[in-house]
Amino acid sequence: MSQAVQDPVARKVLNENDRIAAILRSRFQQRGILCLNFISSPGAGKTTLLERTLAALPAGDRVAVLTGDIQTDHDARRLATYGFPVQQITTAGACHLDARMVEKALSAWNLDDLSLILIENVGNLVCPSSYDLGEDAKVVILSVTEGADKPLKYPGIFHRAELMILSKIDLLPYVPFSVEEARRNARKVRPEIEILELSCTTGEGLEGWSSWLAARRARRLKVP
Amino acid sequence: MHELSIAQAILETAEATLRQHPGARLAKVGLRLGELAGVDRESLAFCFEVLVRDSAHAGAQLQIDWQPLTHECLACHREFPVRDWDRRCPGCGAGETRFRSGRELEVAYLELEEP
Ligand SMILES: Nc1nc2c(ncn2[C@@H]2O[C@H](COP(=O)(O)OP(=O)(O)OP(=O)(O)O)[C@@H](O)[C@H]2O)c(=O)[nH]1
Ligand SMILES: [Mg+2]
Ligand SMILES: [Zn+2]
Repeated sequence: MSQAVQDPVARKVLNENDRIAAILRSRFQQRGILCLNFISSPGAGKTTLLERTLAALPAGDRVAVLTGDIQTDHDARRLATYGFPVQQITTAGACHLDARMVEKALSAWNLDDLSLILIENVGNLVCPSSYDLGEDAKVVILSVTEGADKPLKYPGIFHRAELMILSKIDLLPYVPFSVEEARRNARKVRPEIEILELSCTTGEGLEGWSSWLAARRARRLKVP
Repeated sequence: MHELSIAQAILETAEATLRQHPGARLAKVGLRLGELAGVDRESLAFCFEVLVRDSAHAGAQLQIDWQPLTHECLACHREFPVRDWDRRCPGCGAGETRFRSGRELEVAYLELEEP
């Protein structure tokens, strides 16, 4: 006779990922490192924004970049020309980075030498949102060619992001995109989300981004 | 999509418990899935079915308990499901609320058949 047993387990499915992410977070915290996790759909402009960001930082700044892609090291090669340490993580099919991949990649560097880690996630607006990488904040990038309804269609990531960057605003004259509507939709999902608008092509709004980043780094250093 | 790796992680969680019950068979996994978990319910059910089909867990069911986004009213402490992003308390009408749940991705219970 078989007997059914109910076993209440209440275990997080991504338990193991969360465990490693917590270890990473405490390593970052101990050293006052700010870690940002950039998430967007493919082609929204993550690598381009990181290139512009690196180009604006002073030589010798303690910055490192991890970039995730399913295939190729194109993004890492683009980013490596700015004189800061960069590593490509190729996920071999996985549509997101997980904490173990990040931990493995970071083991190549001495964290004591760093104060800012920028992580470009795999281009995907859904899957990366479930995986904590130990970051201080998720930054979601939405390009104006994608449509202002995306915060409502993919609320998971907008609900977790501290900052939304509306990218490619140089294209606004050519696409029917309402910045107001995008802002409204993002704030519906997360009322406290911060919002920046910028173009990496014209440079408009990049100053605002630089100030945001500088302020966030300063705040990170103060928090014990 | 990552539903396949989520389904795998669910089975790994179940297998950890199964090891403590030698000879038992997995009959059902009860999963709590929040609407903001970033996991597609249908695709997850499909991936789970495909994974168990030709495995030692053939016949195991996945019971998905869907959890809506839930807020708590800071004034009257009522917890309520948020629909269409309207966070006003349906009890007292207050606008100040805080996030309670809706991102769950948890194995809540397992049903095993012991010999
Ligand atoms: N017009 C315009 N094009 C841009 C802007 N920023 C990036 N692009 C272009 O958008 C395309 C994709 O940019 P990437 O930076 O590679 O995008 P990504 O998000 O890193 O893409 P994946 O890593 O493949 O997901 C490139 O052709 C960029 O030149 C911008 O501000 N304006
Ligand atoms: Mg890229
Ligand atoms: Zn109330």
